[in-house]
Amino acid sequence: MPKTLYDKLMSAHMVREEGSTLLIYIDRQLIHEVTSPQAFEGLEMAGRKPWRIDANLAVPDHNVPTTERSSGVSGISDPISKLQIETLDKYCETFGINEIHMTDVRQGIVHVVGPEQGATLPGMSIVCGDSHTSTHGALGALAFGIGTSEVEHVLATGCLWQSKSKNLKIEVNGNLNEHVSAKDVALYIVGQIGTAGGTGYAIEFSGDTIQGLSIEGRMTLCNMAIEAGARVGMVAVDVKTIEYVKGRPLAPTGDEWDKAVVYWNTLHSDADAHFDKVVNFNAADIKPQVTWGTSPEMVISIDGVIPDPDKETDSVKAESIRNALNYIHLDANTPINTVDIDVVFIGSCTNSRIEDLRLAAEVVEGKHIADNIKQALVVPGSGLIKKQAEDEGLDKIFTDAGFEWREAGCSMCLAMNADKLEAGERCASTSNRNFEGRQGQGSFTHLVSPAIAAASAIAGHFSGV
Amino acid sequence: MEKFTTLTSIAVPLDRANVDTDAIIPKQFLKSIKRSGFGPNLFDEWRYLDHGEVGMDNSKRPLNTEFVLNQPQYQGAQILLARENFGCGSSREHAPWALEDYGFKAIIAPSFADIFYNNCFKNGILPIVQDNNVMDELFAVNGEITINLEAQSITTGDKNYAFEVDAERKKRLLHGLDDIGLTLQYTDEIKAFETEYFKTYSWL
Ligand code: SF4
Repeated sequence: MPKTLYDKLMSAHMVREEGSTLLIYIDRQLIHEVTSPQAFEGLEMAGRKPWRIDANLAVPDHNVPTTERSSGVSGISDPISKLQIETLDKYCETFGINEIHMTDVRQGIVHVVGPEQGATLPGMSIVCGDSHTSTHGALGALAFGIGTSEVEHVLATGCLWQSKSKNLKIEVNGNLNEHVSAKDVALYIVGQIGTAGGTGYAIEFSGDTIQGLSIEGRMTLCNMAIEAGARVGMVAVDVKTIEYVKGRPLAPTGDEWDKAVVYWNTLHSDADAHFDKVVNFNAADIKPQVTWGTSPEMVISIDGVIPDPDKETDSVKAESIRNALNYIHLDANTPINTVDIDVVFIGSCTNSRIEDLRLAAEVVEGKHIADNIKQALVVPGSGLIKKQAEDEGLDKIFTDAGFEWREAGCSMCLAMNADKLEAGERCASTSNRNFEGRQGQGSFTHLVSPAIAAASAIAGHFSGV
Repeated sequence: MEKFTTLTSIAVPLDRANVDTDAIIPKQFLKSIKRSGFGPNLFDEWRYLDHGEVGMDNSKRPLNTEFVLNQPQYQGAQILLARENFGCGSSREHAPWALEDYGFKAIIAPSFADIFYNNCFKNGILPIVQDNNVMDELFAVNGEITINLEAQSITTGDKNYAFEVDAERKKRLLHGLDDIGLTLQYTDEIKAFETEYFKTYSWL
């Protein structure tokens, strides 16, 4: 029977079947400091040991300061952030789990570090106590976010109980318009199918537009599958995938490499595989996107106007537009490109890879951020990306333009460290969530691509390139 | 984990769609390394008028009396009624920990985000899906609601509604079974799978 990529990956990892629930073998668990302490504590209290230590890789990212950090954990001023990282360090040490420490040049956002190190390989089952684990599906892996109890379960048993998702194919075809990137494609899709459009499904992104994206672009797209409600987002393995993986520190070599490639080349949906739902989009319809509200589905084109709740016939939707506009201090029918911003954030597991930084740097080169911009941050996704950007001179372009150039971490994506917005501040952010208070209580987040964030920093308001 | 058999309680009607886990428990409370104690900060930004931080004495903070959780008639409620896509966003299990710590044992909504739905079962909370018409009726109920997990039914007054739940999950909730302990019964099976698996995928 022809199979989808998701079905292939699920059956390759199936240890046991109990009705509609499957026991899935987990190849890789990525660990960060926020969702793991309670899992480690549970494991320790029950006197259990990790099932397979090598399956795990830990890296602190959510709480790490992005300013100078040579003094390591002891230099963190917030005692609670410090405790969380110390707790991760302590448990990784106790259990012998490989951890990339915060002072290591390889440190960064867990979803950036995994693929960069080759800890993420095609065909793997990958979990992490973080919803954006869907990112790793860009390499043809089965990757999804789990809760802390499940983190503990995977630590203890090497496996996880999963009910099977339905298959959703999202196909995008055609050439992308100028200055339209993977982020715009992701926001556009979330806007079209809604934040619950993918609930209960594993999404496979396909079509020639998707094939045309780089692996980094595919990661941006899969990263936001969860914003459409799907735990899993995937792209089939192709030549680019294999090129990307080759030579990574944890990737196989020699004969094992050749063997792996043979298998990886089977990681695509069969020609007549059945999908429970198929949605098609035309790349030509996608313009640069900006969110205007408090949910990623509240999104319009950069040349669009903010919707009017009075024109919405569905009363629940009208109410949520009103709530959002009320929170975000904007009026219906305002052209979004007339809205001034205070802060610009380029970073997060969605858009902090080298390609993102290059795109943004190209836009700001030789220019300067507008006078009304209080802060413009560039936070690379990992220490290695930071280094590469510096080798290419991108840091200089950013700092000359008035941006701050920081150390790697989650930073202002969720503001668990010192990088946060004040109440009333409006931010053009390349992250993935614009929920109320996400970047600081009472602050306003607008999700955009790196190019739009950069252009808006220069203009002082939302702007196309 | 505590067993869930039947539950009779009044219900808090939270009439908002897309309630995300950031709203259920704001990120500043994620820094705790414990599993308990999140209840007082459940829906923190909606519940209090000031900005909540870890370590505050919550009993002294100004309450937003308009927020439904603070209204006197809903005190002690163990059932939460919600709208579409409840629990979307971040995978933080702190969300069900906070709901559970506050005292909720069941949530009824037209739809739930997947990760949140899963996390509820791990913490003895029963998430129940009902269609929008039923939800409207439940939102209009003024009085107690009874949930019977064994019978998979919700009763209120003379109305009775059935609900679906995965058989395996139902069993675990009914008996309060520990997931890890159950899985470790299959240790030999997992080991056998692993041996074959690493033969086939020898580069892993
Ligand atoms: S960058 Fe943001 S979305 Fe990504 S893992 Fe960090 S906090 Fe989560």
